[in-house]
Amino acid sequence: MNIKPDPTFHATAQLAMQAPVENYGFTVMLSPDGSQSDGIAVVDLNPESKTYGTIVHQVIVPNKGDEFHHFGWNACSSSLSPLTGHAFLERRYLIVPGIRSSRIYIIDVKEPLKAKIHKTIEPEEIFAKTGYSRPHTIHCGPEGIYVSTLGGGGEDGTDGPPGIFIMDCQTFEIIGQYEMDRGKQDKHYDFWWNLPQDYMVSSEWGLPPQFENGVVPDDLLSNKYGHSIHFWDLRKRKNIQTIDFGENYQMALEIRPAHDPSKSYGFCGVVVDTTNLQGAIFTWWRDDDGVWQSKKTITIDPVPADPDDLPELLKGFGAVPPLVTDIDLSLDDKYLYVACWGLGEMHQYDVSDPMNPVLAGKVELGGIVAHHKHPNGKDFAYGPQMVEISRDGKRVYWTNSLYSTWDDQFYPNDEGGQMVMARVGDNGGFELDKDFYIDFPKGYRSHQIRLEGGDCSTDSFCYPNV
Amino acid sequence: MNFDLSSATALWWAVIFSGMYHGINPGMGWPLAVSAGLMERKHSALPKALGMLAFGHLIAMLAILLPFSLVTALLTWENEIRIGAGLLVIGMGVYLLINRRHPKFLARVHPARLALWSFLAAMAHGAGLMLVPIYLQICAIGAEEVGHQAASTLMQGNIGNAFIVALVHTAAMTIAGGILATLIYFWLGLKFLSKTWFNLDIVWAVSLILVGCFGIYSAYAGH
Repeated sequence: MNIKPDPTFHATAQLAMQAPVENYGFTVMLSPDGSQSDGIAVVDLNPESKTYGTIVHQVIVPNKGDEFHHFGWNACSSSLSPLTGHAFLERRYLIVPGIRSSRIYIIDVKEPLKAKIHKTIEPEEIFAKTGYSRPHTIHCGPEGIYVSTLGGGGEDGTDGPPGIFIMDCQTFEIIGQYEMDRGKQDKHYDFWWNLPQDYMVSSEWGLPPQFENGVVPDDLLSNKYGHSIHFWDLRKRKNIQTIDFGENYQMALEIRPAHDPSKSYGFCGVVVDTTNLQGAIFTWWRDDDGVWQSKKTITIDPVPADPDDLPELLKGFGAVPPLVTDIDLSLDDKYLYVACWGLGEMHQYDVSDPMNPVLAGKVELGGIVAHHKHPNGKDFAYGPQMVEISRDGKRVYWTNSLYSTWDDQFYPNDEGGQMVMARVGDNGGFELDKDFYIDFPKGYRSHQIRLEGGDCSTDSFCYPNV
Repeated sequence: MNFDLSSATALWWAVIFSGMYHGINPGMGWPLAVSAGLMERKHSALPKALGMLAFGHLIAMLAILLPFSLVTALLTWENEIRIGAGLLVIGMGVYLLINRRHPKFLARVHPARLALWSFLAAMAHGAGLMLVPIYLQICAIGAEEVGHQAASTLMQGNIGNAFIVALVHTAAMTIAGGILATLIYFWLGLKFLSKTWFNLDIVWAVSLILVGCFGIYSAYAGH
């Protein structure tokens, strides 16, 4: 408990953009075959530092096979909510779930170079207290830390639907299930919210048997992955509306609401449209009658390819699907970054008008067929995947791995983990920084990135921009 | 002239100061008024929110003071009641010192239900209790001044006192919180929201203990 609010908590997204820039990044280190323990790499992001652009510390956990994926903070700008009246938590701990083991590590990063495990929550405790498994997205909000899960109970996670559970933000005790009325929701992936407007939006990937051993082509072609998003009354814990994008819009993943809480819209990325292999972004918004609406506002076309150049999974299609696997919105709600993991492209859309996004920039790197090299001449394994934007919107960082078994299906000949950075122009557009290229230690792949002091997919702001 | 801590004037000032003290504490809600003005994008939302917060706070004060105004009729047990009330207030302070966790249920209230939120926040933090020893002392002085009247007359007077104490306290609270909210909303900007926000948890708990001690002391000092 501090006497004053943590200086990294900001009342508005605007104030967060003006705050000092990040000096460190935290990136997942994943051992895809479980032969080594997973970890969190601490990356030096201070250009003045001698060790800039290198991994300066690693927190390697004692267990194997956890499969780190997404992670988040114990506290963020949501602590400044006028409803709490108590803004004195510290942004100090990273909550890092293993989506294969269902174990959660609480990592103390107060001193980034001495980051260490603070507490471990064993899977049995999560199963017993929540009935869920395979924890995934972390957000800090009212009443504590919210954790979405991908699996329900039982060995294969299909005994009951997955959902969200709440954890105490100081003791990290698991409190229990969030939902009181889940309505049609039977799958889960990402979620985020607008705290003052009191709504939450959640999305769907698929159930554990549909992803743990790789994508199941039959399920994909018969449209059995998730294709709906759910709107919740946040405090009543009730699903108030479900929007089905259409069953061909397979895997509705990242939810990115506008950061300014006076706005009532956001975006959701869809991995693949099974009718034409396009990637898609939907804009969702609340209309004047209070009803949630959605519209497809971005489509990205597949690129025809010689079947000989394609992995087994795609040979029959003769094309590379874009595979929109991650999206991220800058804090000024202006640029939406869209990772096209299959094509090997990162797109930047100007979404100042959320109903009419305009492609403002594009970076080519990696790709199933294209294999674009980094400007420094080195290879980039797989394609651009988890993307994170600096608070000031000037630097965009990304890594390359999607999910262990899926990497192997889509990129059977690639291996390795890389983290790169692109610089954003004053009037949009962005280019890779030739000198920023981190090759992960042998045997490790990389996934989500978190920036010191918060970034564009962690903090929830409780006051509108002025 | 000696300034007597237990004089009627001093006691009324204590009611006003406690109101201002509650008012500047963000835990009693002024940031909600700033937020309301900004979210609704109109200035009038700010005073409206302050009004709802004040109403909730007032009800919370009355919910604590009125039961005490009823028992003040039991004149023979006056001292026991005042000592008991003092101990209760000290107990609340000690509890808040030991249990530093914040009430989670406050986060369950819908952001637009400001009066309910304000009522619950005041109850959870013992804001009304802080007034009890001061209020009982005011009643005691009142009883001395009017001499021994019928219990019912005294009780009526004490009920009236409860309303006046709660109103004066809430008015002071609303003015203090309102000034802060207005300054930040119109001039200082939200950057000052986090700058002016201090952790008052310990100070608050200690205040309860001190006020409770004052209540017991004044009961013994024999007014």
